[in-house]
Amino acid sequence: MGLEDLPHNFLTGQLEDLVKWARKSSMWPATFGLACCAIEMMSSGAADFDLARFGMEVFRNSPRQADLMIVAGRVSQKMAPVLRQVYDQMMEPKWVIAMGVCASSGGMFNNYAVVQGVDQIVPVDVYAPGCPPTPETLMHAILTLHEKVRSGEITRRRGVEPPVVLDAAPWVPEVPSAVRVSRPA
Amino acid sequence: MTTETQTIQAFEGFPTVASPGVAAVAFIPRDQYKAVVGALKADGFEMASDVCGVDYLIAGARTLPESVKPERFEVVASLLSMSRRIRVRIRVQLPDADPMVDSLFDLYPGTEAMEREAFDLVGIRFAGHPDLSRILLPEEWEGHPLRKDYGIGRVPVQFKSTPGPR
Amino acid sequence: MVLNEHITTVSRPIWPTEETSEGSQELFPRTSTDAAELGREVGAVLRLPEGPTLDPTQIDIERSDDETMIINMGPQHPSTHGVLRLMLELDGEVVLRTKPIIGYLHTGMEKQAEELSFIQGSTNVTRMDYLAPLHNELVFSLATEALLGVEMPRRATYIRMLMTELNRISSHLMWMATNGMDMGSTSMMIYGFREREMILSFFEKTTGLRMNHNYIRPGGVAADLPDGWEDDVEIICNTVEARSYEYDELLTGQTIFRGRMEGIGNLTAEEALALSVTGPLLRSTGVPWDLRRTMPYLAYDEVTFDVIVGTYGDNFDRYSIRLNEIRESVKIVRQLLANMPSGDYRVQDRKVTPPPRGRIDSSMEALIHHFKVFTEGFAVPEGEVYVAVESPRGELGCYLASDGGPKPYRMHIRGPSFVNLQALPLLMRGGLLSDAVAVISSVDPVMGEVDR
Repeated sequence: MGLEDLPHNFLTGQLEDLVKWARKSSMWPATFGLACCAIEMMSSGAADFDLARFGMEVFRNSPRQADLMIVAGRVSQKMAPVLRQVYDQMMEPKWVIAMGVCASSGGMFNNYAVVQGVDQIVPVDVYAPGCPPTPETLMHAILTLHEKVRSGEITRRRGVEPPVVLDAAPWVPEVPSAVRVSRPA
Repeated sequence: MTTETQTIQAFEGFPTVASPGVAAVAFIPRDQYKAVVGALKADGFEMASDVCGVDYLIAGARTLPESVKPERFEVVASLLSMSRRIRVRIRVQLPDADPMVDSLFDLYPGTEAMEREAFDLVGIRFAGHPDLSRILLPEEWEGHPLRKDYGIGRVPVQFKSTPGPR
Repeated sequence: MVLNEHITTVSRPIWPTEETSEGSQELFPRTSTDAAELGREVGAVLRLPEGPTLDPTQIDIERSDDETMIINMGPQHPSTHGVLRLMLELDGEVVLRTKPIIGYLHTGMEKQAEELSFIQGSTNVTRMDYLAPLHNELVFSLATEALLGVEMPRRATYIRMLMTELNRISSHLMWMATNGMDMGSTSMMIYGFREREMILSFFEKTTGLRMNHNYIRPGGVAADLPDGWEDDVEIICNTVEARSYEYDELLTGQTIFRGRMEGIGNLTAEEALALSVTGPLLRSTGVPWDLRRTMPYLAYDEVTFDVIVGTYGDNFDRYSIRLNEIRESVKIVRQLLANMPSGDYRVQDRKVTPPPRGRIDSSMEALIHHFKVFTEGFAVPEGEVYVAVESPRGELGCYLASDGGPKPYRMHIRGPSFVNLQALPLLMRGGLLSDAVAVISSVDPVMGEVDR
């Protein structure tokens, strides 16, 4: 239904929906590329796997201006307090994607020098596996996060509030809710 | 890789062995280490490629020349002669109680970072080094991880047992 | 020999951000720094044989503490190539002293290598220099093969050369992309990644992965080149070569680019040799040292290519060296394409390389060898060896000591960026802060191999 069908020149909707849609459409990442995953993150922002179509091409250098911290790479013991400091400098609402197995769980480096999973330091919303994850995997993780933000699922408390149910029209294939991307209105 | 058997004058009097890719590997006692390296530098070895430390605590029997007494620590310096296109390697044995050796910083300023790393990870002290502080690990870290009595520090993982003994 | 008291007790002023301060690794005001350390932070590390040592008090940038400002750049910063932290002392915009603080990506890879068998070792070393992973695998495999005493079949050698030269092209393209972005040219960033994607898709076809391939293993390579690889490589060569002339149009003649690169970050040959600098940084000073030409490994003496050498030792020389090295690598790849021998892609010694998967159903021996190689690993005779190759950043060396077991006893990788970073104080002294970014970019450090 287009704007021509409306008898009046305005749309109505919930303010929260608009806010959630705006948040997910222009989620600006902070540069936190550490190691090999940073190269794949840069590749996903470059020509072949364009992140700009999701509104995320501007990697803000200052954490104060960023919403999303993509921890790309292995976090060493020396880097851990720096990571926490950068996370603390970000403004609410903020999200974290742990990109790669080293950020998710320590990866292949189960030793004295690497923090075994960045969720020991900051709360993580989406984990992207891979060593390094291909840009498609990273975009899948980003879109999962976008979907969680858009549907409000990310703000619900587990066990207290009922889970968000996306209305399933007949043509939508049976996929887990995290994977389902919003269908066009 | 060139495996030339050129005689290195600075190595006269010291036990040497052959090794692939280098002209000679010499075992130098630690009090003559800097003098030999200085002689090599004067002989045309313009660049110090690498200085690293090794901990031979659990190695068992090593094949060393008879006159060389095996100790726990070793400092291995690789030097490169660009004019003659050869490499040499120097191995210095250092005892467990006092792992200290002369620094090569005066001869080759490029060894500063390499010696700091050997100190940081293996615990070998370099006398005359201008700033022997930790370089890779945080400042307040205790211990030297590449020593064999320092564990790998792994956390237990379900369904994956720790690797067996060497 | 006097014990260095520097190690145990250091009385330093307490800085406000104590959580992220690194103690004596940092830069301090001139009043609390002694002359020798001041000299090193200024970059005066040379003892010139024919002249006096460079006395820090004689350097023309002498300021008092009130006029200068010590700032911290990094470790999280868009302009550093990875997590490099720089403490700079500035007088206005002019950089007086620099101290790089590294270790923010220390992964304990050398310790990890002692826990992994030789056939797993490539997975570990490949993540050190993550822009040229095949070179790391190559040097580790060459060191292992030197200890094993096995000889590679010609096809394996040629495949290794092909893959590492393509990796050199992709690493230099990545450098041009990030260098362009550091200079402010985001279109160069996109162009560099666009070409790089072609090479990465060829790598994905051959090795299975876009990065960190675990392809070059002791004994040869993991798998043969796929069918139709000649066409893919030909397309890559033609495209990259043609587009390298487009980069000339965009960057080389452009006044802004030249103004930002020429005369910045000068290095002389004596300083470079004293600091053990290798790679394009050394070649830009005029020293024609390239391990592929001077101490050839693999089959580099059978291909013809030029070694690009600079004149002034500034950023622009390093840029042109890397751009022309892309063209030279394309030349080498074309020769390899024409002369690729047929044969085995890995050595046939069953104690070293696993048998083909199809054979383990039918042959008991093959099954046993497969099992032994992949669970316990093959034993490497006792000894130690140092092998070096020319990576896009310089001399990448591997010192490998084995005690006769299936795992390395000590593996040490001589990372070229680790050593080249020692030249940073020298390169940045007297320059502006915005040139500091350009200088770091032209040294091209990859923090994975700096910190390991």
